This record gives sequence, structure tokens and C-alpha cells, in this order.
Amino acid sequence: MNGPQDLGGQMGFGPVAPEKDEPYFHAAWERRALGVTLTAGAMGAWNIDESRHARESLHPADYYASSYYQIWIKALEELLKRHGFISERDLAEGRAVDPAATPKRVLKAENVPAVLAKGGPCDRPVATPARFKAGDPVRTKNFSPTGHTRLPRYARDKQGVIEAVRDGFVFPDSNAHGKGENPQWVYTVVFNGPEIWGEGADPTLTVSIDAWESYLEPA
Amino acid sequence: MSHDHDHDNEFDPFAARVRALETILTEKGLIDPAAIDVIVDTYETKIGPRNGARVVAKAWSDPAYADWLRRDATEAIASLSYTGRQGEHMQAVFNTEETHNLVVCTLCSCYPWSVLGLPPVWYKAPPYRSRAVIDPRGVLEEFGLTLSAEKKIRVWDSTAELRYLVVPMRPQNTEGWSEEQLAELVSRDAMIGTAVATVPA
Repeated sequence: MNGPQDLGGQMGFGPVAPEKDEPYFHAAWERRALGVTLTAGAMGAWNIDESRHARESLHPADYYASSYYQIWIKALEELLKRHGFISERDLAEGRAVDPAATPKRVLKAENVPAVLAKGGPCDRPVATPARFKAGDPVRTKNFSPTGHTRLPRYARDKQGVIEAVRDGFVFPDSNAHGKGENPQWVYTVVFNGPEIWGEGADPTLTVSIDAWESYLEPA
Repeated sequence: MSHDHDHDNEFDPFAARVRALETILTEKGLIDPAAIDVIVDTYETKIGPRNGARVVAKAWSDPAYADWLRRDATEAIASLSYTGRQGEHMQAVFNTEETHNLVVCTLCSCYPWSVLGLPPVWYKAPPYRSRAVIDPRGVLEEFGLTLSAEKKIRVWDSTAELRYLVVPMRPQNTEGWSEEQLAELVSRDAMIGTAVATVPA
């Protein structure tokens, strides 16, 4: 979706302002926000693509006014409601009022190290051979899907070159919407700065994205 | 409960919101608060940019390891026991005399947690995510890094599940240094690409 998350090339946000010796957390609640998000995700009711889509579906004004942990929590509340784990009444009262759906699993403290060490690999076998090879010129798709996609606006309808054929990976555009993993080949595609940004672009700049095969056409 | 929330301002509405959510989920038996404690402890004390710095120092010291890292970063990094969440599919990119590498996630905040730990706030915020792909030199200036005009810049937008680790160039006058000494020269920012390795005094 052409949502607030699609930030590449937008202007007006000001300087980056790196913080020297930045702590991992800026408030105690951020620790709990990280943990609640990960433990709730471990219930197995949604995947990473659905959670990313929930975050980018916040109203743009809300998204830009929120810190990243706030974005996580706001999206998590939506996911928990969508999957029947919490209700508006629960949230209004700040305690468990309504019954909850049954999770696939509950992450216990003793299992955390193994679960974090395992992660969530999303490479998958793809039945068909890769359509492109390194060095192939390609053009990215021009589209504006209302659902989740990982092709940023600045890299749509642009000519680039396949730099590397990666692996088969779960396709987020369908997986985010419960329509299956439908794995596709992923490629690293590199673009010249002027191809993306046009007049006045930095001629020393190249930008790459990692693109699923269906985002690409031969050029 | 083994944890406390006493460090939050009790009038901070967001702290109250997170506390309420944790309470609801705990009362329903959906999450284990002790698991949250372990997660927080892991990312606050065990997994951080020292992991990545050891990878870089080993690559600087051992050409065979550097070659492995170039070909199969996931396995090469796993050989140092750095695996797991948000490091499942790693790619190492090497700075050269000709090219400086910079990593961003314009669409969210993808970051190689297994080698760098949790990302800093600026990495996740709109100024960096919007500008890194269009004005990387301007961004680097804000980090105090000025690249020569002829140096090429390659920006890697982590739009899929590959996670990128920048391998900065080894500083001069470090011949004979141990991997432990070399790792001290490698900052988190140098492995994102917003800095270079520290030049020894």
C-alpha cells in the first residue's frame, strides 16, 4: 500500500539526529513493549508480514507522530483484536473481561533462548527455476496495490540490473493477507541514482532493493 | 512478579497502555511475563554490536573467513554462534577504496539483530529512512563522516528478509593486532555504514 511506511525519498522530516551512547531503551515501558510484541507474536496467530501490514495501516498522522515502539503496540492491539485474543472491553477496562481465542502456543521463559536462537527463517523451495540471472537488465513493476507490498514507490517502473539471485522466499504480498506463502525467487536489483531520482541526482549513488520475482519484468 | 514498572512516569499514558496490554494478556494466560524478562535481558545484555564487531575483526584477520563471509554470511556468522531472530538470512557487504556501503530499511526497520542487537531510534525514524536513499552524503555528514567526491556510495534498502552487515575497511597501522583489539575499532555505526572503523591514535 502507498502508506506512511513507504518513506524512501520523502522530504521534510529534518536531520537524523543520532544520539551519542544511545541506550537500548528510553523508558521502562519500551522493554515491556518489545517483550509483549515478541511473546504475543510467538502465539503463532499471525506472521511477520501481517504484523508489518498492521503497522503500516496506522493512519499516516498517527504513524508519523509515534515512536517505533508505539507503532508496534498500536498495531499489536489491532492484531490481537483481529485474531480474537482481546476485545475493546478488555482494553477499556485494562483487564481481562472477555474470553480469548486459544493460541497455538504460549512462549514460556525457559524456551525463550531457543526460540530467539532459531528465529523465523522464511526461505522456501521454489518449484520453478529462477527467471533471471545476475547481469540481466530488468524493469520493476508499476503498480499501486492497496494491500501489503515490499516494492517501495521510489523503485517502481525503474530500470535496474540483477546483481544477485538470492533464494526462494515467502511472498509478503500474499502472506500478509492470509493468502499463503507462495514463495518466489528474490533478487538484489541495483539502480543508478539518476534512474531513480532524475535531474540533479548524485551520480556516484547506486541503490539496491531485494525484489520478489513478480515485481520484475525483463528490460 | 519478577519485574517492575517503577521506572516509568505513572502519568505517561503510553506506559499505562503497555502495562494494561501486558496485564490483559497475562490474565488470559496468553503470555508469560517471565518470558518478557528473558527477552529484554537477552537484547539488553547478550546480543549487541560486539557480536558484529567480532565478525568484522575475524574477517580482517583471516582471509579464508572473509571469503566465507562474502560467499555465505549466514553460515560464516553462525560459526561464531551468532544466529537467530532477524539474522536468519545474512549478507555481508565490504567497503573498498572505491565504494562505501550504507544500509537502510525504508519500509520498516529491518536490521540484523543477531549481530547488531536492537536498532537505535534514528535507524527506525523517518529522517534516516527517507533520506538515506536519496541523500546519503547529507546523512553521513550528520554523522560526521565526509566522503570524498569520487567515492561511490551504494545504499542497500533491506526490502526483503536479507539482513545486511557492512564490513568496514581495516584501518592502517593495525598490523599484528589481535582480533580482540581490532574488534574495539568497529562501532555499530560502522557496520550500518554511517561511520568508518576507528583509526587508532
